Amino acid sequence: MSAPQVNSTQPMHFMPGPGFRSRSKEVLDNPFLRQSFRGAMDFLMQKRAAQFPDPANLEALRSQGEAIRKYSLSRLPDLLEQLEANLTRNGIQVHWAENPEQAQDIIAGLMEKAQAPLMVKGKSMVSEEVELNHALIARGMDALESDMGEYIVQLAGERPSHIIMPAIHKTKEEIARLFAEKVPGVDYTDSVDELIQIGRRVLREKFRETKVGLSGVNFAVAETGTLCLVENEGNGRMCTTVPDMHIAITGIEKVVEKLEHVPPLLALLTRSATGQAVTTYFNWISSPRKAHELDGPKEVHLVLVDNGRTQAYAREDFRSTLQCIRCGACMNHCPVYTRIGGLAYGTTYPGPIGKIISPHMLGLEGTGELVTASSLCGACGEVCPVRIPIPELLIDLRARSQSGGPDPFTPQLKGEGSNRKPFMALAFSLWSLLYRSPGLYRLFAWSATRFRALAPRNQGAWTRTRTPLIPAKKSLHELVRERRNQ
Amino acid sequence: MSATPQTSSARANILARLRSKPVPPLPQPTVQVWTSQMGDQPVEVLRQSLKSNLEAAHAEVIQAGPEGWRATLQKVCQDQGIKTLMLPRSLPPTLDIAPWDQGPALSRFDQPMETLKDSLFNQVDAGFTLAECAIADTGTLVLLSSPEQPRSLSLVPPVHICLLDVRRLHTDMPTALAREQWASAMPTNLIFVSGPSKTADIQQTLAYGAHGPKSLIVILVEEDLQ
Amino acid sequence: MPPPTPKGTGSHPGTVYFFGTCLVDLFDPLAGLSAMEILEQRGIRVVFPDSQSCCGQPAYTSGYPAEALKVAAQQVVLFEEDWPIIVPSGSCAGMMKHHWLRLFGKDHPLYDKVQAIAGRIYEFTEFLVKVLDVRLDDRGAPCKIVLHTSCSARREMGVHLTSKALLAQLDKVEVLQQEREAECCGFGGTFSVRQPELSAAMAGDKAQALEATGAELLVSADCGCLSNINGTLAKSGSKFQGQHIATFLKSRLEPKA
Ligand code: SF4
Repeated sequence: MSAPQVNSTQPMHFMPGPGFRSRSKEVLDNPFLRQSFRGAMDFLMQKRAAQFPDPANLEALRSQGEAIRKYSLSRLPDLLEQLEANLTRNGIQVHWAENPEQAQDIIAGLMEKAQAPLMVKGKSMVSEEVELNHALIARGMDALESDMGEYIVQLAGERPSHIIMPAIHKTKEEIARLFAEKVPGVDYTDSVDELIQIGRRVLREKFRETKVGLSGVNFAVAETGTLCLVENEGNGRMCTTVPDMHIAITGIEKVVEKLEHVPPLLALLTRSATGQAVTTYFNWISSPRKAHELDGPKEVHLVLVDNGRTQAYAREDFRSTLQCIRCGACMNHCPVYTRIGGLAYGTTYPGPIGKIISPHMLGLEGTGELVTASSLCGACGEVCPVRIPIPELLIDLRARSQSGGPDPFTPQLKGEGSNRKPFMALAFSLWSLLYRSPGLYRLFAWSATRFRALAPRNQGAWTRTRTPLIPAKKSLHELVRERRNQ
Repeated sequence: MSATPQTSSARANILARLRSKPVPPLPQPTVQVWTSQMGDQPVEVLRQSLKSNLEAAHAEVIQAGPEGWRATLQKVCQDQGIKTLMLPRSLPPTLDIAPWDQGPALSRFDQPMETLKDSLFNQVDAGFTLAECAIADTGTLVLLSSPEQPRSLSLVPPVHICLLDVRRLHTDMPTALAREQWASAMPTNLIFVSGPSKTADIQQTLAYGAHGPKSLIVILVEEDLQ
Repeated sequence: MPPPTPKGTGSHPGTVYFFGTCLVDLFDPLAGLSAMEILEQRGIRVVFPDSQSCCGQPAYTSGYPAEALKVAAQQVVLFEEDWPIIVPSGSCAGMMKHHWLRLFGKDHPLYDKVQAIAGRIYEFTEFLVKVLDVRLDDRGAPCKIVLHTSCSARREMGVHLTSKALLAQLDKVEVLQQEREAECCGFGGTFSVRQPELSAAMAGDKAQALEATGAELLVSADCGCLSNINGTLAKSGSKFQGQHIATFLKSRLEPKA
């Protein structure tokens, strides 16, 4: 096979272990980056709000979206079989992958069969989740991202920082310098229109020549065997129309039963994601090119990826994680995400959704720190269009990450208990003893208030940016007792 | 179908894990007509909504004049400097466009895409398609792929000109789904188009013509396009 | 469209329980006392069970449900009579009203009790507005304040609406509007020490937005946020500080000196 044609030096998505704190600190210390995330997120929040002027209507729509997703999940194995049967009947070949390696093998195998050293990719977070690009490079093949944001990020050798707007962390001047440096024959221009036209020119050639196109899937419809794709740019249509072979890749949770289940989810997705009532293209693919048709791929494949989703599914308390339609609204509204952007998380999916889905994909050992990185303010759960109770899931994941859940007999989560901190555990046992023993607590409160002058002035992380917490002169318990005795 | 041994065991394992604990099926959700605040509206309101939504998305919407849509099409091509226009492989007899004097050079999508790539990607100025129907509340055209009307015609050329019978207008997507009954026989490809191609991936600045057509021109008629 | 102002029922229970919360108990007992006195001034008998301590939230949100459960179970048995339970903190009230049900789970022997209690939990301002339908007579000097509502109080209990409704009754108090009112102050219990840089960034932004209004005083119905914001303001050398809404209301209702 010929040598790879694309400069793919992107880092892997997953950065296991501690490091989130130091990476987020780096962004926090960069006022320029902070300002640009803040501005971008403010923009997306306003656009979403403008799409939902009537709270009652929004709640009705959310109820509908939630009901459809819950219903689909309740019948997931049956729907997957129905989907497979109908896709197969339509001529679309279905492949199943339990883990990233199997997905990589399937796709590399298809490319070999098509004798294609290069694929051109529409936006697909699942392909990033399985680290497809790296796997292809390791096999002497390559993948070219064609979503403008993903193309920019790939050209820069970086990772996407947002699931909907991958290059949201870059300014147009940075992109202008990048193009001038990396795209042959291009001079510096910071006109956004011109930059987009440069991307268009480069990528059109690739759409034309490349034999394999890859895409994600937003909804897979079981009753008809249809793959639905949402986009604005048209690169998704290019990847699924022009190359000889179209490979779609998606998570097993994306299936819905009926076509009529799609419109409410679509309405929630585009409005929540980018504040659009509808995107430019909504693309329904139900078969490869049929006899007498003049265009469209001759082969269409769907790769269904598990990668930890069955773990979330098997437990009722975590199943709602799979309701997600990947709109990114929880990220846009998260006070943590808006301050540090997506790169610090070190996982394919950043922000609140990343915190609740990554532990199932990657295990709690490497993601335990992420589940602590939330003030549980609830903004994510409030905007989630399918009403995933994200804060509650975070609380449960914290428990499982540190101490294991209260029900040790059910199957454990990957890495359950791996972030147990003996000091924290001890502190909370003591706390628990103190606060459930009224006599002990009375003694404690008495001494804490009497010896308040001795309260430590250095209270660790708290006092780095705050004055110390000093107990009052008398506790409320004591004041109430005094009043009673008056 | 040739499932590799690996993917067939993967399939069995995944389905087994999903079924390891039975999940009680929930009742079928009833899908109400939801976001559309339009309800039952006079046709004029629906048309206005289609037009204003498309225009807000940067598309041009033109009512065919009394001398017929062919004249409108000619004028559009003239105004836009379109010198070459690609038509579907075949148009219904009543709709066919005879070679004309003043209009752009006409070609037809009458070969497999493999042979046509060069002209499609590099020569044709505009593609001409017939819309199946449209959706008022979001300003959306519905295009079906068929042997007569290949799907790349609305995608690859830099300008997309689309003819729509405005009488084929649905209030919203759920209504369109219910009335058109696509579920019973899905076309290879069904596309909802709500404007020209666009992106906001650079600093949230909107730019048109990302990968698909830079402009979308919709000509409204009141005649049967089937 | 602004959400409708909550309307009270005007019904008047004779006796209520008061659950002071752990932070108020040790760090701001005056807030608890003020709340109790405001209730008493309305002819309500306020019962303060002596064995109360904490709703269990710190352990629960930190991932120590077993420890939280033991503490919560100790509280559940303190409210035997069918009286409303008033809590001067929206996040603790939310814990008791919503999260206790999850924490105990259906199989716990106390579950029925927890469920019965959930229906009787009121955050302090919620109780004043929705149950007592109070009319406040403002006797203080004109002043400008700004209101911060804790996230769980806002999202689980609607405390921003009831706090605003009360403040609106004070003729001489002008409530100023801060930027990003609904954004979190970054407290989040152990979040503030596990992710101190993030927490500090959020607290800093919040303190700045509040101070930028030019208000004389910050008012909030939650001691967690107050300790975070006040500590951040004080450390930066600012004189601007926050006060619990109960303390503030009490000061406004006092006869003029
Ligand atoms: S969790 Fe909810 S808000 Fe976040 S991406 Fe998924 S659907 Fe959107």
